Amino acid sequence: MTAPNHNWRQFKDVLMRVITFACAILVVTPLVLVFYHLLKEGFTSINWAFFTQLPKPVGEIGGGMANAIAGTFILLGEAALIGVPIGVLGGVYLSEYGGSKLNWWIRFAADILNGVPSITWGIVVYGLLVAPHLPGFSALAGGVVLGLMMIPLVMRTTEEVLQLVPAGYREASLALGIAKWRTIVQIVIRTALKGIVTGVLLALARVAGETAPLMFTAFGNLGWARKLTEPIAALPLQIFEYAKSPYDDWRRQAWAGALVLLLLVLAINIGVRFLTRDRFKAKI
Amino acid sequence: MSRTKSAFLPLFVLLIFRREKKFDCMATTKMTTATGQFGDRAFKWLTLAMAFAVFVLIALIGYELASGSHLAMQKFGWRFLISSDWDPVNDIYGALPVIFGTVVSSLIALIIAVPISVATAVYLTELAPLWLRQPLIMFIELLAAIPSVILGFWGLSVMVPWLHAHLFPAMRGTLGFLPLFKGPDYGPCILAAGMILAIMIVPIITSVSREILRSVPGLQREAAYALGATRWEVTRIAVLSYAKKGIFGAVILGLGRALGETMAVTLVIGNIAQIVPSLFSPGATLASTIANEFTEATGDLYYSALFELGLVLLGVTLVVNIFAQLLLKTFAGPSVKPQN
Repeated sequence: MTAPNHNWRQFKDVLMRVITFACAILVVTPLVLVFYHLLKEGFTSINWAFFTQLPKPVGEIGGGMANAIAGTFILLGEAALIGVPIGVLGGVYLSEYGGSKLNWWIRFAADILNGVPSITWGIVVYGLLVAPHLPGFSALAGGVVLGLMMIPLVMRTTEEVLQLVPAGYREASLALGIAKWRTIVQIVIRTALKGIVTGVLLALARVAGETAPLMFTAFGNLGWARKLTEPIAALPLQIFEYAKSPYDDWRRQAWAGALVLLLLVLAINIGVRFLTRDRFKAKI
Repeated sequence: MSRTKSAFLPLFVLLIFRREKKFDCMATTKMTTATGQFGDRAFKWLTLAMAFAVFVLIALIGYELASGSHLAMQKFGWRFLISSDWDPVNDIYGALPVIFGTVVSSLIALIIAVPISVATAVYLTELAPLWLRQPLIMFIELLAAIPSVILGFWGLSVMVPWLHAHLFPAMRGTLGFLPLFKGPDYGPCILAAGMILAIMIVPIITSVSREILRSVPGLQREAAYALGATRWEVTRIAVLSYAKKGIFGAVILGLGRALGETMAVTLVIGNIAQIVPSLFSPGATLASTIANEFTEATGDLYYSALFELGLVLLGVTLVVNIFAQLLLKTFAGPSVKPQN
């Protein structure tokens, strides 16, 4: 004997599965659409000149984004120099040392920093380095802003992966009379190195697409930056400039630039998933 | 065990060091050399200094924004927040229209994104077949990885023309009796900005909600199954009601992201600072106004007003984020991972 509302309950169960499935599909749709349009519009616009030439002035067809692509990598290099040491060592402190109260506050502060809008970072570094002309709009200021944004990201992921290292590893090393700092550097960090690298790469992928903070720091440049104290071009900046322009040829280039940037970011994101097909996979 | 060597360190160092003593005992056997002890201390302080960078950064952000907006604060005081004139030509600045645009576009984003993301999180943790979960999760994480400027460019060139041609006329036809959906539309508008924002915050709300749902104890579910509940009833009664607070935290976290999002919004919102009831009309947000006008600003007061917009934005996002973090931390302890 089934209860009178049995069928209704079964029906509702199926109905909710269908509805939530539809929502999941809806969530994935924009990704597919963005990818489709980028491939359709961008692929036809990518050619050799795009990677080797400088942007052309308005009205001239052609040109490329060589300087912007190089600029993005230079900025990422600077950002890594600032963000990785500070972030990794801070993460070591969170995982290996410290009272739980202080660590709670550090963690809390890092999470809050992760939520600070990227445009805010831009005007802060503008006020810090650009306005007082130390050194003004420059590759240096652009690298600093991206580096600062990386610190809390790297710190938190480093802490997470270090805590996955079994306590027994530390105890065994300490029991052999090895100093704690050498235990950390040679045993703990080495064990978790893959995870730390993953965290760093994901942070780099994240800041690689940042536009807002670069507008007031790196500023953009239509030519090559010869020194770090000069304004420098970056892929996201160039995409933004071309995206809002009314010229077809520039918008065509924006599609190509967007495709290159997206491929770069997704390559890192998918790459680290293959890199970490072990126990660190679940956490990152 | 005496550690007279500590005496040469400043007092505060000594104090903190003492507290750690019992923790260090295990490591410091008789065999530990003096260099080992020095290395230990140096390394610990090095890492502590790096960890303190987060506090330095927060102080730096607060200081720079406060000192940058000093001039505008002096000139306008609290009126800055309630005045609705944003008029760079006459050097008069009021933030109300951009605060309005920020709040409205974020609310639209939440209205669209929350049901979809929570349903997706439920599907992923409770209802989906196992083989489908991992690919879907990966797709959602990749969606989160798309740079904001690319999504904005896609929105401007693909989504906005489509909305203008298909969805908006349909909405005007069915919901046109509401002032929200009246008036001409030219394409870029607050509604389009809300939709782009929704796409951007869906991955965050989904993945945080998923973590929350996963942390619901299995016993909860088993108890409901034992009472003869269907899969959906288990989800509703045992899982969702248990996870309510955490999901609320996830939503607030998404709100924080929406409020501060810049590039995508700048490209699709139209950038006119105004307060109008129609969602089809262009608007501006705190972040988009800064992005648009900062490099073109002339005069100290103009800069200062833009800095103050940044300060308001920081204040709002800080409050929202702190609230979200506290909700999530009290729900799941420190194990919920930070959202990037």
